[in-house]
Parts: sequence; structure tokens; C-alpha cells
Amino acid sequence: MKQVDIFVAFFRVGMLGYGGGPSSIPLVYKEVVDKYKWMDSDEFGDIVAIGNALPGPIATKLAGYIGYRVGGIVGMLNALVASTVPTIIMMIFLLNALNAYKDESWVKGMAAAVMPVVAVMLAVLTWDYVKKSWESTLGWGWTLLFVVASLILMEFANIHPAIIIFALLLGALLKKDSRSGDQGKKEKHST
Amino acid sequence: MIYLKIFWAFFVPGILGYGGGPASIPLIENEVVDRYGWLTVHEFSEVMALGNSLPGPIATKMAGYIGYEQAGVLGAAVGVFATAAPSLILMLASLGLLMKFKESPKVKRMTISVRPVIAVLLGIMTYDFFFSSYESVGMWQTLFIGAVSFFLMEKWKVHPAYVIAGALVYGGVFLGG
Repeated sequence: MKQVDIFVAFFRVGMLGYGGGPSSIPLVYKEVVDKYKWMDSDEFGDIVAIGNALPGPIATKLAGYIGYRVGGIVGMLNALVASTVPTIIMMIFLLNALNAYKDESWVKGMAAAVMPVVAVMLAVLTWDYVKKSWESTLGWGWTLLFVVASLILMEFANIHPAIIIFALLLGALLKKDSRSGDQGKKEKHST
Repeated sequence: MIYLKIFWAFFVPGILGYGGGPASIPLIENEVVDRYGWLTVHEFSEVMALGNSLPGPIATKMAGYIGYEQAGVLGAAVGVFATAAPSLILMLASLGLLMKFKESPKVKRMTISVRPVIAVLLGIMTYDFFFSSYESVGMWQTLFIGAVSFFLMEKWKVHPAYVIAGALVYGGVFLGG
């Protein structure tokens, strides 16, 4: 049964993938390429590359597209439900259980103790992005400039991040590819 | 129309979050905390802590939970739909075209140029969380819990779920008074 296979494959991905969508990509690979052989590893690589070039969560893009390829529209919905719904239900149950005892002092203590842990997780994620950014073709100079500029725009000029991101995407799309070398200043960062 | 608001709150992070679900967390915070005021920074941190200690994609977990809290099962469905559908439809519609351009410097540059902004958004959230923690349990507890969890997660690679569980126990016993 193909639909059952799709459900089982993406249910496993959803239940075993810790740390959000991007960390579950290898799990999807294991199911889709190794176990069920729905596609070969080259094709899988292409799909991941395209998924990464588009915005939005990667896990649902992969599940939806592969589900569609294997089992049509039903397969697509099936894969989406299998990878997202079980963990959402767990989340709703656990948070509501916690909320029922919200006013107890020990629950308040628990909630307070989690804050610094989440802050550390975010700090690590922030550092990840900064590092990836200056290791890319942007280099540390442009990274620093972009960081300072967007910080000022968002925090002091109160511009919605969507506008800044949209402007940057547009800029990246419209900028001419400088392969001829006559375009000066950014040349030293490229290969 | 609450459903329209839920749709909008998750559509924007979904369509702007380059680099997968985690990149859209600060954008979600921007909508649900700053814009619509559905959650406080504190509540958002609880949702995120629990979200990070459960398996599965993070963006849909948040959309599902927050949508459910605002408008029940239908709200959850709207939140997840708004998170996942636009980018998936884009992918199905443009796959042929993108296959041709996936190595194009333009497409790569789009991901690269957005990264510093995501870093800033994450940095601002980090500051918010530390500050809000400082206000509720003071500097020493914040530094202590922060440092211990940093070493556990980053140095000794302890799974975040155990670190969160440990923090819950510590908080219940020592910070409850």
C-alpha cells in the first residue's frame, strides 16, 4: 500500500527529527532513497537544493513534494499530515497541562528556569547565522555592514523585517552577475 | 476575522523565512508577540522551549499550537496551512524552472543576502529573552542557568530535551519559592 508507506515514512521523519526541519533532511533521505527507493540520491539532492532556494519551512516542502510525486494530491496531503500533526497534538496536550497549573509557584519557577535555556539556544542559532554569513561570498565586511544596517532599520526606525528582507531579495535578483571582472569592489570576495 | 489574522500571522513568516523553519522563528515572534499580542515574550519562550524539546518541524508546531490556542482546531489548521502551503505551491509550480536555475548565482545570492538579517532578528530575540529572564529571576540565576545549559548543549552535546527537562526540575525546586 503506497499511501500507508508514505504515511509511515513521514511519520517516522516527524517523530525522530529533533531540532526542526533542516536537521530532519538526512532522515527524509534515509526513508525516501534508502528504504523505499522512490528516487535516487542525485534527484533527492536536486530537490533539497531547490527547496533551500525557496522560502518557508524545508520539512513541509520536502514532504509535500515527495508525497505528491509518489502518490498524487492524496500522497501530498498524507505526507504533510504525517510529518506535522502528531507533534502538534503532543505540543497542545503538554502546554495545556502546564497551563492548568499556571498559578502554582513551582510551575512559575519551572517556566522561569526555561527562559535562560531558550536564550542560549537562540544565541547559538544567532552565532550560526553570523558565521555562515561571513564564510559565504559576503565576507565579514558585508556581513557586518548588513547586520548593523538592518539592526538600525528594525530597532530604531521600526521598519518591519519583511520590508528589509524583500528589498534584499529584490537586490540579489536584480544585481548583474559580475563574472566579467569589470565590476570592481565585490570582486575580492568571489572565487 | 480571527482566521484571517492567523493566516496572515503565519503566511508572512512562511514566505519570508529563508533557510527553513528555524529561520522563521523570529518572524513568527514578530507577528504573534509584537503585532497581534497573542502571547507575551514569556509565553512565547515556553512554546519555543517545548517546541524544541519535542520532535518534528518547528514552524508547523508553533503555527499549530498558537492557531489552536487562538481559534481551536480550525485555527490550528489555518496556521499550518498558512505556514506550509504557499512555499509548497511555489515549489510544485516552479520546479521545472528552478531545476534549470538552481546553480544560478542569483538564486544562491538570495539565500546568502538574507542571512545577516535573520541573524539580527535572532540576536534581538536572544536579547529579549535574556532581559526578560533577568527581570524575573535576576542576573545570577540567569547567568548560572544560561552557562550550565550552554556547556551541556554545546560542549558535551547533551540533547536539548534533557537540558529543558533539567531546567524544569531545577526551576520547580529552587525558583518556586
